[in-house]
Amino acid sequence: MAQAETGMHPVIRGETAAKKKSRIVQFARLLMKSPTGMIGFLIILGFVFFGVAGAWVSPYDPTHTEFSKKLLPPMTDGHILGTDQLGRDMLSRIIHGTQISLIIGVTTVFFAGTIGTVIGIITGYFRGWIDTVLMRVVDVQLSFPFILLVLIINAVIGAGLRNIIISLVIAGWVVYARIVRSEVLALREKEFILSCEATGVPRWEIILKHILPNLLTPIIILSSLQVATFIIAEASISFLGFGVQPPQPAWGNMLSEGKNYIFSSWWLITFPGLAIVFVSLGVNFFGDWLRDVLDPQLKGK
Amino acid sequence: MLDFVLKRTLQMVLVTFLALTAIFFLVRLAGDPTALFLPPDAPKSQLEEFRHALGFDRPVYVQYTDFVWNAIKGDFGESLSTRQDALSMVLARVPATFQLAFSALGLSLLIAIPIGILSAYKRNSIFDRIGVAFTVVGQAVPGFWLGLILIYIFAASLHLLPSGGGGSIMHMILPTVTLASYSVARFARFTRSTTLDILSKDYIRTAKASGVSVTRILFRYTLKNSLIPVITLVALDLGALLGGAVIIETVFSWPGIGRLMLESLLRRDFSVVMAGVFFVAVIYSVLNFIADLLYALVNPQIRY
Amino acid sequence: MSTNRTPILEIRNLKTYFDTAHGEVKAVNGIDLKIYEGETVGIVGESGCGKSVTSLSIMGLLPKPLASIKEGHIYLGDKDLTKLKDKQMRKIRGNDIAMIFQEPMTSLNPVFTIGQQLSEPLKQHTKLGKKEIRERIIEMLNLVGIPRAEAIIDEYPHQLSGGMRQRVMISLAMLCKPKLLIADEPTTALDVTIQAQILELMKKLKAETQMGMLLITHDLGVVAEVCDRVVVMYAGQVVEDTDINRLFDSPQHPYTRGLLKSMPKHNARKSLLNTISGSVPTPNELPVGCTFAPRCPDAFDKCWAKRPSLFDLGNQLSRCWLHEKEDAEGGSHANEAVTRD
Repeated sequence: MAQAETGMHPVIRGETAAKKKSRIVQFARLLMKSPTGMIGFLIILGFVFFGVAGAWVSPYDPTHTEFSKKLLPPMTDGHILGTDQLGRDMLSRIIHGTQISLIIGVTTVFFAGTIGTVIGIITGYFRGWIDTVLMRVVDVQLSFPFILLVLIINAVIGAGLRNIIISLVIAGWVVYARIVRSEVLALREKEFILSCEATGVPRWEIILKHILPNLLTPIIILSSLQVATFIIAEASISFLGFGVQPPQPAWGNMLSEGKNYIFSSWWLITFPGLAIVFVSLGVNFFGDWLRDVLDPQLKGK
Repeated sequence: MLDFVLKRTLQMVLVTFLALTAIFFLVRLAGDPTALFLPPDAPKSQLEEFRHALGFDRPVYVQYTDFVWNAIKGDFGESLSTRQDALSMVLARVPATFQLAFSALGLSLLIAIPIGILSAYKRNSIFDRIGVAFTVVGQAVPGFWLGLILIYIFAASLHLLPSGGGGSIMHMILPTVTLASYSVARFARFTRSTTLDILSKDYIRTAKASGVSVTRILFRYTLKNSLIPVITLVALDLGALLGGAVIIETVFSWPGIGRLMLESLLRRDFSVVMAGVFFVAVIYSVLNFIADLLYALVNPQIRY
Repeated sequence: MSTNRTPILEIRNLKTYFDTAHGEVKAVNGIDLKIYEGETVGIVGESGCGKSVTSLSIMGLLPKPLASIKEGHIYLGDKDLTKLKDKQMRKIRGNDIAMIFQEPMTSLNPVFTIGQQLSEPLKQHTKLGKKEIRERIIEMLNLVGIPRAEAIIDEYPHQLSGGMRQRVMISLAMLCKPKLLIADEPTTALDVTIQAQILELMKKLKAETQMGMLLITHDLGVVAEVCDRVVVMYAGQVVEDTDINRLFDSPQHPYTRGLLKSMPKHNARKSLLNTISGSVPTPNELPVGCTFAPRCPDAFDKCWAKRPSLFDLGNQLSRCWLHEKEDAEGGSHANEAVTRD
């Protein structure tokens, strides 16, 4: 930021491989220094591991029902976290839920981020009527509760993993559009952009080579926070009976099923919830650390 | 002032209109609306009859103008399940939702502002660290899960409070606490950073130099100064609060708009959903408008 | 110097240090200062010399826990301010000692009216009723030359100009009739014409009351206007202490001479401005010898080896080895225990 204010090009380009490597080492060193950042990183690492390798590491088939073994409390019969009302192993179901949350987190952030960034750049850089129209749309969307919007969209287009991702993307891109637009509005007044325009550099080149690289930091910071938002939103929607449908084990619908047994079997609502808390805590920790490192001016805010 | 009210009212009308348009086309474009209303195994003749009765066989633009015209008159049609007027069904649920939302808002401000101010003042102390940790964890806990845990602790285990339903103060406690948890962490975190910012201002030094006590500085000066950003935040957070209400009302079977909308969505009773969307869009704009007026009230530099 | 009266404020060997990530920073490193009734003392020096930290030390407004008084005493009458508790100190601030700050634009709270802010010290330190407070404020606003005081009292800071705000700040400081007024760069942020008006006002107030004033500034022009005596600070220490006439007629310390030379003169508008080469050393990287030696045109071997103490030159104190010879002939050291690091 400080560099940008002096009108210099803040992104150092033409980095050599060696420099890049040393930057990774530098980041690793910084991460070692921050306990919360490290915890966040480890949680994310675990999250990704279980998300990818879940099928191989889970002790049981998450959809295998066994009525004779229903509602077993944790640590009985080889079921570390107990079983649910159909006798399915809780641990295996939570591990499989990890996969769904991981897919949700990655895809929604990717698509919402891409759409929002493209629209943010177009509106911020070209202004004009397209800006007016699209920003009205953004205003309308932002003037409506996010979760309610996701819920309605999902109810209309139908439940299921693919549709909940679509719903989250439709409701979620506006946040990116708004932030990217305001960044672009600030960037295009900077000397290094103005001088490019003055020397006749084509617009697409200005956007790709000069604007986009400078948007990376705010987008990364925003995304790290949005991952948690999207994961929690999906869990909420699935909890309400839309989103991911049983028997597919998502954390949200596990809680929805478990709430009927709240008076007798505490483990049904406890563990899936804890999984959500852990993941979003880890993502938030890591996101905060990332923000402090990438944008030191915001530190402590 | 009059200009401002006029401008905001127009803006409100526009936002509501666009929201309704969006929801109308969303419902229509998502496929044949009759298919949404009727069970999938309904016979074809019944489908046709239903479609004609509700006017879905007319061109979309006719349906749309019809819809808008009726909406202006406050007519969103009848609920398909209860045959009652959709908007009156929504309005009947308003008091319950307002009761819950505003007590939650009050509670979260009551907790968050003192915590935020004190942890800014005692920056880096144990109190501050615990406060910050609390807000970070608080942001990671999904509200509905906290609700379930509270039900488990206070209703299922301790038998102190009812697990759901409405009617008494006792019924309100758990949903209010749960809904408040949506905002407490954010408010506290925000109040802390604003207060830190304000405490470093020159005018606070001036107050200290006049011999004003710390408590007075914190709770008279900083409070009034930090109210400005906090009001903005509250306005921005109303969406989360109203959205949270949908989920929390379901968890606690609270008879509010949120639960009505969810039930209607599950029953594909879209007239009620439309009326609900209309109401939420209007109320959200009105509350934002009020926030702007409050903003002008505490900040003498702003006059509309 | 009026040595037979007791001073309002006496600072003895004050050391205020900052605890930073890079170790202890000696922002104020053993200064002595006396202010008598009706006297205006200026503290002059470049930024970073410790003059503002001195004033914050007196007010007890050091940024805690970053900075603290490590040694020394600040006497207000018979009370040692360094020993007071927060609550006792609060009774003194705004009452016995008041302070005016540099930035009138930001030193007033934007969300309270002038009247609300001016009533604070009166509420804290007097038992006056609402009506009396208002009367007193209007009276004071008139005294500092604010027109339409009855209307201004209900206005907000953003409705006033910079000069008006500084007048408000001065009236805020004067409300409880303090024994000592500390003014930290009171005119720096103002336009030249407004500067002159504010200085006139301060002179007038000084003439009308018996209060002592401590004026902190980097501007020798301002010093010439209002001060009776001047203390020149460099790197946390007093390097020269003299009355106003001697400061301009016969400055003793090379640093003071440098400051005077760098003053712009009316009749030499076209010539290059003289500057003292180099910059103030950071307080944690001070040289072994005289702190000014690296920038001093007259430095010789001894200056690099050993730090000088304050030499008493009769009516003037100066921290420079150049006076050693005269000193040996003329008298003793001003301060016996001054082999400070």
